[in-house]
Amino acid sequence: MSLRSFRGGVHPHEHKELSEHKALEVMPVPAEIFLPLGQHLGKPAEPQVKKGDYVRCGQVVAAAAGPISAPVHCPVGGTVKRLVKGHVAGGITADLIVIETGEPPAPAEGDAPRDGSPLLLPPLPATADGPTIIERVRAAGIVGQGGAAFPTAVKLSPPPGKTIDWLIINGAECEPYLTRDYRLMLERTEALVEGIVLLGRPLGDGVKLGIGIENNKPRAIETVREVVAARSAPIEVFALRTKYPQGAEKMLIDAATGRKVPPGALPMEVGCVIQNVGTALAVRDAVLEGRVPTTAALTVSGLGVVEPKNLYVTIGTPIGDVLRHCGGVKPEARRVIVGGPMMGFAAYSLDAPVVKATSGIIVLTEAELKAPPETPCLNCGKCSDACPVSLLPGRLAKLSELKRYEDARDLGVEVCMECGTCAFICPAHKPLVQYLRLGKKRVRALPRKEG
Amino acid sequence: MANDTSPRPLEALGGGDLTLTTSPHSHSGVGTARLMWIVNLSLLPCLASGLLFFGPGVLLPIGGAIAGAVGSEWAIARLTRRPATVRDGSACLTGLLLGLILPPGFPPLAALLGGVVAIGLGKAVFGGLGNNIFNPALVGRAFLQACFPAMMTDWSKALGAVDAVSAATPLGWLKFSPPEVPAAQVTTAISKLFFGNIGGCIGETSALAILIGAAILLGTRVANWHIIASMLAGGFLFGGLFHLLGVAHAPSPLFHLLAGGYLFGAVFMATDYVTSPSTWRGQWIFGLGIALLTILIRLFGGLPEGVMYSILLMNAAVPLINRGTRPRVYGAKA
Repeated sequence: MSLRSFRGGVHPHEHKELSEHKALEVMPVPAEIFLPLGQHLGKPAEPQVKKGDYVRCGQVVAAAAGPISAPVHCPVGGTVKRLVKGHVAGGITADLIVIETGEPPAPAEGDAPRDGSPLLLPPLPATADGPTIIERVRAAGIVGQGGAAFPTAVKLSPPPGKTIDWLIINGAECEPYLTRDYRLMLERTEALVEGIVLLGRPLGDGVKLGIGIENNKPRAIETVREVVAARSAPIEVFALRTKYPQGAEKMLIDAATGRKVPPGALPMEVGCVIQNVGTALAVRDAVLEGRVPTTAALTVSGLGVVEPKNLYVTIGTPIGDVLRHCGGVKPEARRVIVGGPMMGFAAYSLDAPVVKATSGIIVLTEAELKAPPETPCLNCGKCSDACPVSLLPGRLAKLSELKRYEDARDLGVEVCMECGTCAFICPAHKPLVQYLRLGKKRVRALPRKEG
Repeated sequence: MANDTSPRPLEALGGGDLTLTTSPHSHSGVGTARLMWIVNLSLLPCLASGLLFFGPGVLLPIGGAIAGAVGSEWAIARLTRRPATVRDGSACLTGLLLGLILPPGFPPLAALLGGVVAIGLGKAVFGGLGNNIFNPALVGRAFLQACFPAMMTDWSKALGAVDAVSAATPLGWLKFSPPEVPAAQVTTAISKLFFGNIGGCIGETSALAILIGAAILLGTRVANWHIIASMLAGGFLFGGLFHLLGVAHAPSPLFHLLAGGYLFGAVFMATDYVTSPSTWRGQWIFGLGIALLTILIRLFGGLPEGVMYSILLMNAAVPLINRGTRPRVYGAKA
């Protein structure tokens, strides 16, 4: 099997064995859910309901606020309790719609119709054309499942003049612990293949279809290859070397096509669009079945959780409820990560809800978090050897520390994607990513460079 | 707030205190101290070869150098009220490296002074670990060479089982023999250089022991292979060039690599993280530069050996090399 990859990277302990053999199961709907208006990159959606409203499953409770936005649908029937500010993952607060779940009482005679919108969108034929698919994806509020939660419809509509010749599905799942993409690839292989074909259609006739899967998931590679062959679908399956961050857009494009996305550019600059496995499935469900995303498929894992699982969780469920469903946490548990341990957010509050793009809830223990003490930089060069985008993280961190932001910009700090590879490998345990984040933020505030 | 958090959210679920940091939430687990102690460990075969060929007396200068280095590291931290750094193993490493590149009968008190200078002048004045320009152990040795030139080239006090040639090192024998003597008569056999039963510094004589150390460093991915490879390639290239050109007493390239401190310098001195370039291109320039300077000093300079000064000179060029060999940002045009 020929393996594709990129230069640099690291290989953290995978820990996938904790959950990879557990089939996805449906977690019961909790009594109360919290729907953030901003579950995507872009403008938060605008609420369409008020306190006391009855809402049905699939109803739009907040509408997209512009082209780079996404609507929020109610994943279950219930009653709007209030619209408030509350905790979301990432340690910040944001606007939430709080819904008490449970079907609302039957309308009394003489009541005005509660809501005219259909519960579900009408299914479309498998032959639906590109614009129809984009429209459906937009209406269903589908966002990227890979982490950034970029509205998928925008990604499927390249600006005029840009030709896309590759759609690559990201099945790398390079973050440690996470196994939900793996489970989805095994359990919904047929649907995935349908989804990939549908996702490719809006990008034009010439687009080639591919899916990249790390070789630590041989069963997924095999299963997807079998289904692709059985349906004679025009999809190339790439086996990728297991290496972090193989699932980063630039690294996946490099591995699959050999093209390198220039600094500051989007993948479409080199004719590529990347979509996650979960996104392809959401698109397929929205088009062929008329379903809007009501659950997030996610992995609950980490040595600190009592019973690791792969779950379909109702969007809006507090992560504390999800952990309780997995038997709670062990006494040595110390940190709860939303996402993976390399790029995920440490939860400040267990009330923060699961959103459309939540891929995992990882509970880390004291032992897993143990790291060597910080020492002065040894100039060992391990950070720059490992940096997938060929930066000098140690140097950039120093420049940030010294507030020399112009110099940091000239050395390319804005190209940093905060994958955490440098900080993972650094023997001096320097807070490299933190300094680079600071540098990026400050560089953005600098006056534009002449020319 | 809608979902006001309890003060100890994890406790309600059976866990401990909730801790927060930004990503990444994972570390390789390999820290500075681990790296330093692995290098210390990788020097044990060289220590063993010194003990074998020169006897237990070699422990005196080595002990002196370590005591001087570790003692001054500890004292400087105390005096400057900085956190103690002795346990990170770097001072011990400096002392051990210095001890191993001293002659077998070197006085322990002078070695102790060398250790103090290595840490004090070689490292602390620059701001401690990570900030020094020159390899501290070599600064210590250069200091001793300047202060005690006779003792630093006195190979007669070898205490152990070395044969009659122990009065001279292979490089000294070659250098200080009259040019009319055929080179073959003053050239030590390669097999002896390989096992190390020859005159020389305590830990430098046995290529075999050094190669075992190199295997440890490369196997644990502590040392970077680029520097070692570039020094070996450079020694072969430049040594071979002058050998083929027929320069008087220019030995074979293999002799260059195995004699004196070349191999020890390539594996343990030039690979010092702090004082070597951090890009692979820079590491090749660095290694080839050391190789060229060493061969030039050996063949045309006043000294029989030139590894120490070559490494120190190239140390000085490291900031420039790093600047000149910055990698191009991913995807950027040339």
